[in-house]
Amino acid sequence: MQGSAASGGTERVAASGAPLVAATGLTKRFGDFVAVDGIDFEIARGESYGLLGPNGAGKTSTMRMISCMSPISGGTLRVLGLDPAQHGAQIRGRIGLVPQEDTLDLELTVLDNLMVYGRYFDLPRAVIRERARQLLEFTQLWDRAHDKVDPLSGGMKRRLTIARSLVSAPELLILDEPTTGLDPQARHLLWDRLYRLKQQGVTQVITTHYMDEAEQLCDRLAVMDGGRFAAEGTPQELIRRFSTREVLELRFATADAAAVVAQLDGLVQRTEVLPDRLLLYTDDGEGTLGHLHRLGFTPDSALVRRSTLEDVFLRLTGRSLAD
Amino acid sequence: MTTPSVAGTPSGDPHTPAPPVAAHAARRPTPMWARSVSYWMYQYKRTWRGSITTSFLFPVLYLTAIGLGVGSLIHGSVAGVGRYLDFLAPGLLASTAMQIGGNDAMYPVMAAIKWLKTYFAMLATPLTVIDVLVGHLAWIALRLCMVCSIYLLVMAAFGTVHSPLALLAVPVGVLTGLAFAAPIAAFAATQVNDTGFSTIYRFVLIPLFLFSGTFFPVDQLPGWLQPVALATPLYHGVALCRGLVLGHVTASAAAHLAYLAAVAGLGVVVAAGTYRRRLVT
Repeated sequence: MQGSAASGGTERVAASGAPLVAATGLTKRFGDFVAVDGIDFEIARGESYGLLGPNGAGKTSTMRMISCMSPISGGTLRVLGLDPAQHGAQIRGRIGLVPQEDTLDLELTVLDNLMVYGRYFDLPRAVIRERARQLLEFTQLWDRAHDKVDPLSGGMKRRLTIARSLVSAPELLILDEPTTGLDPQARHLLWDRLYRLKQQGVTQVITTHYMDEAEQLCDRLAVMDGGRFAAEGTPQELIRRFSTREVLELRFATADAAAVVAQLDGLVQRTEVLPDRLLLYTDDGEGTLGHLHRLGFTPDSALVRRSTLEDVFLRLTGRSLAD
Repeated sequence: MTTPSVAGTPSGDPHTPAPPVAAHAARRPTPMWARSVSYWMYQYKRTWRGSITTSFLFPVLYLTAIGLGVGSLIHGSVAGVGRYLDFLAPGLLASTAMQIGGNDAMYPVMAAIKWLKTYFAMLATPLTVIDVLVGHLAWIALRLCMVCSIYLLVMAAFGTVHSPLALLAVPVGVLTGLAFAAPIAAFAATQVNDTGFSTIYRFVLIPLFLFSGTFFPVDQLPGWLQPVALATPLYHGVALCRGLVLGHVTASAAAHLAYLAAVAGLGVVVAAGTYRRRLVT
């Protein structure tokens, strides 16, 4: 049964070249405020697609439009090849949503939350019960099946929300900040589960604030800022395009970063002066550090590290707080 | 087994092109609104004992204290009906329907929008705003049906049921309750928090309970207040129930029914608008 499910997913990916989600000029307005300002993207079957961006960038508005819960204000959107304005209910029957805020019923038991949700999709009770057992084992909640939801930890509630979104065996899973507020153990468990779903052919759209999560989970991602795409690509492509191979982080006792920067002309590709440290973007961190020593600079501490998505993100969206 | 098949068990996989199990494909789909009723039923599993107990207790207390107690002070025929208890009981049934309908359309609606976000969970599935609204009102109608039936049983035990037509007081009670539930749900969906609800109690439900002909005939109100009483849905529910339970049904029953149905229907239309504005953004 598991084998058939997994291969069934792959077959569907192979069988259909059409994108599962396609948007052109997608726009969302709330009165005068433009939350999503004409974005274009396509998500292929079987792909994990990430939306990154600071608060207020338009990620959740985009997710709500894809999940056919929020009408679009402009542009075109096709989900599973269908128009949400015409076929919203039909599309929602084939997607699973993990909203940013849990919408679990706290007074019902873990199992009943899944039973009720399955009924919305008109699944027979016996089918829901069987799937619920599998999904609660999958999310390590089976031993809490008959407990009320209210006293569960945040991580358990999040796992239950994910289990619930899978009751209808969706083709497309939409996860809005699935791990925000979770401890590292819970995050790693969720990553593992989401990776397994991907292997089974479930297409995923994910928003997150965690760059390591995006690197772990996403084949491709878009960085959003102010309702637009600042960049789109695979994590590696984005790092190549918007950062250097390495970053040299320096701290100086005498806050004379400006003097260092003045002498670095042409030596590094980009510099960033932060209140507590100096970041030098370079393809050869050790080499740059050696050069600085030869120039007579003796930083208190020096760290050479690889560029990460976080560097890309901060470059594209800035360091100032969004809200 | 550690990994469930996400595509699910062989039967009922919603996205397998050819349905593998004919039995599931052959099932008639459950109406969308009925799927949302099942949520309220699951929730009721938790509270049904207390709810049923209250449904028995309330009429027993009222009929004893006011029907028998206050009634013992009243001599002679009341409004051409006979005993005060007989006058009071059908009105209380309608008033109870109003309170249940109103109450269930306030806090549970706010919870479904704000506290538990149940409506949003439903709207992430094939259900639409109309299904969510109609499902909730259908559940309230079911609850009203239970409460009114129990009320009628207790009334029978007190010897206040004088006609087989009294059975129709149950659907009339349901309609009376919905004439409050629908417009109040429409109002609740516009509220940011629950403070407006105490205003509804203070200025709508309690005054109507006291002055819509349940405890004394409306024609004893000051002249200027009588048209106000006649304009409220509860007056019509009380008059209908009293006629049915006592077996005096006149042509005015049709007007009462039409009025209640109109208020409930208008409430649904307005609620569809306020629900959409609140839930679909």
